[in-house]
Amino acid sequence: MPRFYSDDRSIDLYYALKLVRGFEDKVSVLHRQNEILGGVYSGRGQEAVVVGTAYDLDASDWVFPIHRDLGVWLIRGTDPKLLMAQLMGRRAGLSKGKDNWTHAGDAAHNVFGATSMLGGTQPVAAGVAWKFKLMGERHVTVSYFGEGASSRGDVHEAMNFAGVHKLACVFVCENNQYAYSTPVSLQIAGESVARRAEGYGFTGVVCNGNDLHEMLRVTNEAVERARNGGGPTLLEAVTYRVKGHSEHDRAAYRDKAEVAAWETKDPVRMWEAFLDELDVDVAALRAEVEARVREVCEEASEFARSSPFADGPDALEDVYAADVGRPLPSRAERSQGPGAAGA
Amino acid sequence: MATRSYLQAIGDALREEMERDGSVIVMGEDVGVYGGAFKVTEGLIDRFGPLRVVDTPISEALIAGAAVGAAVAGLRPVVEMQFMDFISCAFDQIVNMAATTRYRHGGQFRVPMVVRGPSGAGIHGGLFHSQNSEAWFARVPGLKVIAPATARDAKGLLKSAIRDDDPVVFFEHKRFYRSIREELPDGDLVIPIGKAQIVRPGRHLTVVTYGGTYYHALEAAETIAREDKAEVEVIDLRTVRPIDHETVFASVRRTGRLLVVHEDRQTLGVGAEVAAQVAEHCFEELDAPVVRLGMAEAHNAYAPPLEAWLLPDVAKVIERARWVLGY
Repeated sequence: MPRFYSDDRSIDLYYALKLVRGFEDKVSVLHRQNEILGGVYSGRGQEAVVVGTAYDLDASDWVFPIHRDLGVWLIRGTDPKLLMAQLMGRRAGLSKGKDNWTHAGDAAHNVFGATSMLGGTQPVAAGVAWKFKLMGERHVTVSYFGEGASSRGDVHEAMNFAGVHKLACVFVCENNQYAYSTPVSLQIAGESVARRAEGYGFTGVVCNGNDLHEMLRVTNEAVERARNGGGPTLLEAVTYRVKGHSEHDRAAYRDKAEVAAWETKDPVRMWEAFLDELDVDVAALRAEVEARVREVCEEASEFARSSPFADGPDALEDVYAADVGRPLPSRAERSQGPGAAGA
Repeated sequence: MATRSYLQAIGDALREEMERDGSVIVMGEDVGVYGGAFKVTEGLIDRFGPLRVVDTPISEALIAGAAVGAAVAGLRPVVEMQFMDFISCAFDQIVNMAATTRYRHGGQFRVPMVVRGPSGAGIHGGLFHSQNSEAWFARVPGLKVIAPATARDAKGLLKSAIRDDDPVVFFEHKRFYRSIREELPDGDLVIPIGKAQIVRPGRHLTVVTYGGTYYHALEAAETIAREDKAEVEVIDLRTVRPIDHETVFASVRRTGRLLVVHEDRQTLGVGAEVAAQVAEHCFEELDAPVVRLGMAEAHNAYAPPLEAWLLPDVAKVIERARWVLGY
């Protein structure tokens, strides 16, 4: 199935990895140039997780990505222009300027945005899966959280409930070794997050989050199981957060040797090695793909840059579905002097 | 017409809405086979089955969060907090997840869900089975908050809440479940959210109340009419977000005096907002300071003398009302 770039699945997947990386790198640049404000959280190094878990899903499946998963929006088919407008806070963005980062999903592509209280969307994913169960629909939810958020009660409550009712939930733990500055050794005492699945009555799988082949395979197995009524799966994708928690974090708390060791496991380069084995001219393909990704990112940035901001009072829009009346204005705001109301 | 208790009225609203609309589901702890801790949902599972009446583990965050998911996916979940005290365990899912979903998605999703359950004191429930938690939620944009005091309002407002496209937090008062019985009309009873009601007209003092102190206010008004020859107007807010300030203003402009009474603690409660708005908008018409009466500043103590001392009652309402009337 041609998706983004090529009828050749291996090459299309390569483009997907490069699109995610290129887009996120562009976002980092725009942040340094003050075109994107607030916090920016790069998923660099984790591209195989987002591509592998989102690429083969059906359009009617639901996904619940988090802050390092911008790639999920792109893989689901969100227009990069709208995504960039979202990041620049423009009216054309997914949240119409209400938020700049990944708190706005894309309903047209069944993407639900997370809050910053990570782990909070696992219960929501269970609720969507309940609707599938009630309606007899063979769709699945794929929800993401880090090994950091795996410590939160909401994640436990959701996985427990999903296990009891065999809901069509694929839980993806992106274990990138750090929750902000806290290493995984201070986060969990058991040998893995995936092992907890046993207690919930479903399968847990530790997988190589930098290996796209493996991510596609374990995801497809989990999705098939969920579609066929076999219940949830917990995938723990072991990967590495290449940059700091956010752009301002130099991540000096990490060991240099550790960073260097993970550099050799870069998911994009691993996929290039695979393409090389297929006798693809990787250098030529890389140049061609990078040119195309650059074009997409430039077009998106230009669109966003030239899009207007919403007006101040638009901040009151979309608080409620229907008009419940504006907040009561102050008398002072209405420029009514003392005694005016009593006159 | 049929005589229904406050509890039966709520159960009727749930059953009627589930019959009317196949997307309405009920979730919560012990709501299915057992029929709920207070039996509000009794019989629903037999009628609608376990896919629409869902017994959950003890997981309030999951219950509220799953409601958000079910709602954005197209259902109309009504989830029960076994006691509204436990809603604090679901605070993040209601305040950060449910209330912000529409806003942060730029209107792409609607979140038609209701979180309902028994709140309130006066049954010796102690610290964690007596709380009035409405003020935590009454200041959150995106939420609607309802606290009915009559069987009629409980039924009509719950039906409106279920049909509403925004998240609603619905505070029932457990003391009224079996003590309040009314004649209710047959057929679809729907009462709009956000409208206060003048439940006793009067011209000398406005008493604004809702929920647990509703009957205290009415009884106090009767006593004052009899003993003081003063007519107290009693307004039931019914909805505490959004508050129907206009109905309150119109009343205060007639009476010139305001007492706000609620069972929730007084400090930074719903009454504080009512008092502040009246102070600003009715300043020239006021003949006396605006006074509040709420629960004293402690936790919901258990022993009968402690519980009674903390809570507003008829005598305390009369005492404050007389002070405002005599100012």
